[in-house]
Amino acid sequence: MEFTEEQLKRYSRHIILPEVGGKGQKKISEAKVLLVGAGGLGCPVGYYLAAAGVGTIAIVDNDKVELSNLQRQIAHSVKTLDMHKADSAKQTFEALNPDVNVIAVKERLHSKNILALFKDYDIIVDGTDNFPTRYLINDACVMLKKPLVSGAILRFEGQVTTILPGDGPCYRCLFEEPPPAGLVPSCQEAGVLGVLPGVIGALQATEVLKLIIGKGKPLKGNLLIYDALGVNFRKVKIPKNEDCPICGKNPSIKELTDLSEEYCSI
Amino acid sequence: MEDIKIDKKLDIRGQVCPYTLVRSKLGVESIEVGQVIEILLDYPEAADSIPKAMLNYGHSVLKVEKINPGEWIVQVRKEVED
Repeated sequence: MEFTEEQLKRYSRHIILPEVGGKGQKKISEAKVLLVGAGGLGCPVGYYLAAAGVGTIAIVDNDKVELSNLQRQIAHSVKTLDMHKADSAKQTFEALNPDVNVIAVKERLHSKNILALFKDYDIIVDGTDNFPTRYLINDACVMLKKPLVSGAILRFEGQVTTILPGDGPCYRCLFEEPPPAGLVPSCQEAGVLGVLPGVIGALQATEVLKLIIGKGKPLKGNLLIYDALGVNFRKVKIPKNEDCPICGKNPSIKELTDLSEEYCSI
Repeated sequence: MEDIKIDKKLDIRGQVCPYTLVRSKLGVESIEVGQVIEILLDYPEAADSIPKAMLNYGHSVLKVEKINPGEWIVQVRKEVED
């Protein structure tokens, strides 16, 4: 890759890393990453991926920026209140790095549009806040064999895992079905420390960059759990379930369906 | 003494840290394992830091020589893939 003077300066700290170098930076600039959600997690993930020079970043989010988002959703501001989060984040990421092509997708993900939206991207990042979408994303990634970097946060605790379909477990291997609606509280009901998505989102962005440059060990087969109050990182092994309904030997899920709308989404 | 065959020459005079290293690293990436690059530089600190960095990357430093007042050449043989 021929770098412009500006790129050489911008990416100098990457280029001098033996694991990245000019070749790794070229891979980063050619990568296409799709973020589901421009909320607590999507903001820091997108921010760091844009800074790193990821060539194409798509942001799927149909919500608009509200004042209550600004305690943690760092790509938005008082100037972008009421704007679509996808547009607000696009504006922020492009201001940080004009090399990056940011595509704002102002749609709600569902079983009918998800495969078409995902198919052109190399890596999918889950930054959603509800179980139906989380399972839908998992199932779509398994069907399309797309790497998925999943993150979740609540109160003072967050978790991250990387799913490589065909090479380790998926989200349904861990929990076959989503919990019943109302059992697990949402951030809206239970709260979340504003900085927590920053920690978890930065870990997700790290996983994405490692996958792009092909260095290090991906967090597959493990759930990394961060407890902010106790200051603990725990890595819990996730076994692959041979009877998994989506990635097992005889999958029972053959097509995508939308789960109940009873779940709230923020 | 046997002359070293130089496969590529890189002139980074006028460059300062860390761009001396950035350009040297990209220079080494552009040659094959076993080939030799000769880097011409005039930033005094780089005469010391570039050879060290190249050794850290796993390459061999064949020569560091002050050729003129304030100008050095560093010859590096690429030993490992990037």
